[in-house]
Amino acid sequence: MTERSLTFTLNGQKHEAKADPRIHLGDFLRHSLGLTGTHIGCEHGVCGACTVIVDGVPVRSCLMLAVQIDGCIVETVESLGKPGNLSPLQHAFAANHGLQCGFCTPGMLMTLEAFLRATPTPTEDDVRIAISGNICRCTGYQGIVQAALDTAAAKANPT
Amino acid sequence: MKAPPFQYHRPQTRDELGALLSSLENAKILAGGQSLMPMMNLRVIAPDHLIDINRIADLVGIRETAEGVEIGAMTRQADVLSSGIIRTRLPLLRHALEHVGHIQTRARGTIGGSCCHLDPSAEQPAMCAALDAEFIVSGPDGRRIVPASEWFEGLLQSAVGEREFLETIRIKPWAKGHGYGFAEYARRHGDFAIAGAAALIETGSDRRITRAALLSFGVEASPRRLSEAEAGLIGQPVDKLDPEPVVSAARALDAMEDVHVTADYRRHLAGVLIRRALNEACATLERPS
Repeated sequence: MTERSLTFTLNGQKHEAKADPRIHLGDFLRHSLGLTGTHIGCEHGVCGACTVIVDGVPVRSCLMLAVQIDGCIVETVESLGKPGNLSPLQHAFAANHGLQCGFCTPGMLMTLEAFLRATPTPTEDDVRIAISGNICRCTGYQGIVQAALDTAAAKANPT
Repeated sequence: MKAPPFQYHRPQTRDELGALLSSLENAKILAGGQSLMPMMNLRVIAPDHLIDINRIADLVGIRETAEGVEIGAMTRQADVLSSGIIRTRLPLLRHALEHVGHIQTRARGTIGGSCCHLDPSAEQPAMCAALDAEFIVSGPDGRRIVPASEWFEGLLQSAVGEREFLETIRIKPWAKGHGYGFAEYARRHGDFAIAGAAALIETGSDRRITRAALLSFGVEASPRRLSEAEAGLIGQPVDKLDPEPVVSAARALDAMEDVHVTADYRRHLAGVLIRRALNEACATLERPS
């Protein structure tokens, strides 16, 4: 099928690329752009591992076509921190044992990143509902929820 | 799995969309993609043409007119959920939307997409049935208005034709202060409900019911209004309401059986949930001041 040209902003940088229409955004990020931080789990919108932020809102990248990001602003987990210089949310995940195998982590981080921007002072229930579309089979969610609450609290009361 | 190949089309206007629908064979409309994309990735369906309507700006928006609240088919579920008009005028719809999917799916998923896809347990078309919505559909012969009572043609089958598209959902709000209730049971918050129910009531100054809507969804292939039970509520005092006839009506439905639950259990749930929805409708009813 004919490839389509698209321009978009990815993690703060303008990009031009081509994509086959049938390629979903998650595969496009990983295979065409080499950004393997985004993890592909179920490919039918159930697990949440592939969550990225498009135009400020968290979306499942397996349920969006790459050609649909034409003109959009995309943020992936690579936009957060780097080894040795983690973002506050990433740091809180590490401090609270919010991950074990790490497969769900990029999706959890991007979901919570978008959620905390929109909801700076959430309750525990708010956080649990926010991540209800992300499955983690290791942690039992306690550490993830605590990491989100710690991040919000630290931002609200900087020391 | 990955979607099979297709031709991608991205109309910018309703006219362009209409022209594509008139000329293409085996075409599917891509709205929010939260049901269609999984079906394509799983290769349940393989359209030759995919018509992406996400760039048609005038299919989006919520406004109140003399004829009711009009919701553009491509309005995202997240935007319906956060709308002030929906909160004050259609509180039942807002309440139900809290149970629809997750923040990622509501960010993309649209009310029109859900109403055209028609999963039996989908909350939005079910609330449209409870609220007697009108579906404004555009096709080669112009516009037509389909009442909710004619919208549901069966499992995953709405009244919108192959050459048509849904433009707007129009809902007449119930009287200010009306009672509304919603209940569903799902295995995980935001998952497809195993069964659900909704209830709406209006009363006179003597707190006797003057108007009622009762609905079970996820029980049969399409949402089901409990019309006889609704008629039975008229004239009943809301403070001494006997819910048993309503519960019996829900328990008598021709319930589906699937991998999760038996038909018997689904009928049981239908009864439990309609009772909760009705109780909530009585509780949310505003007392005359």
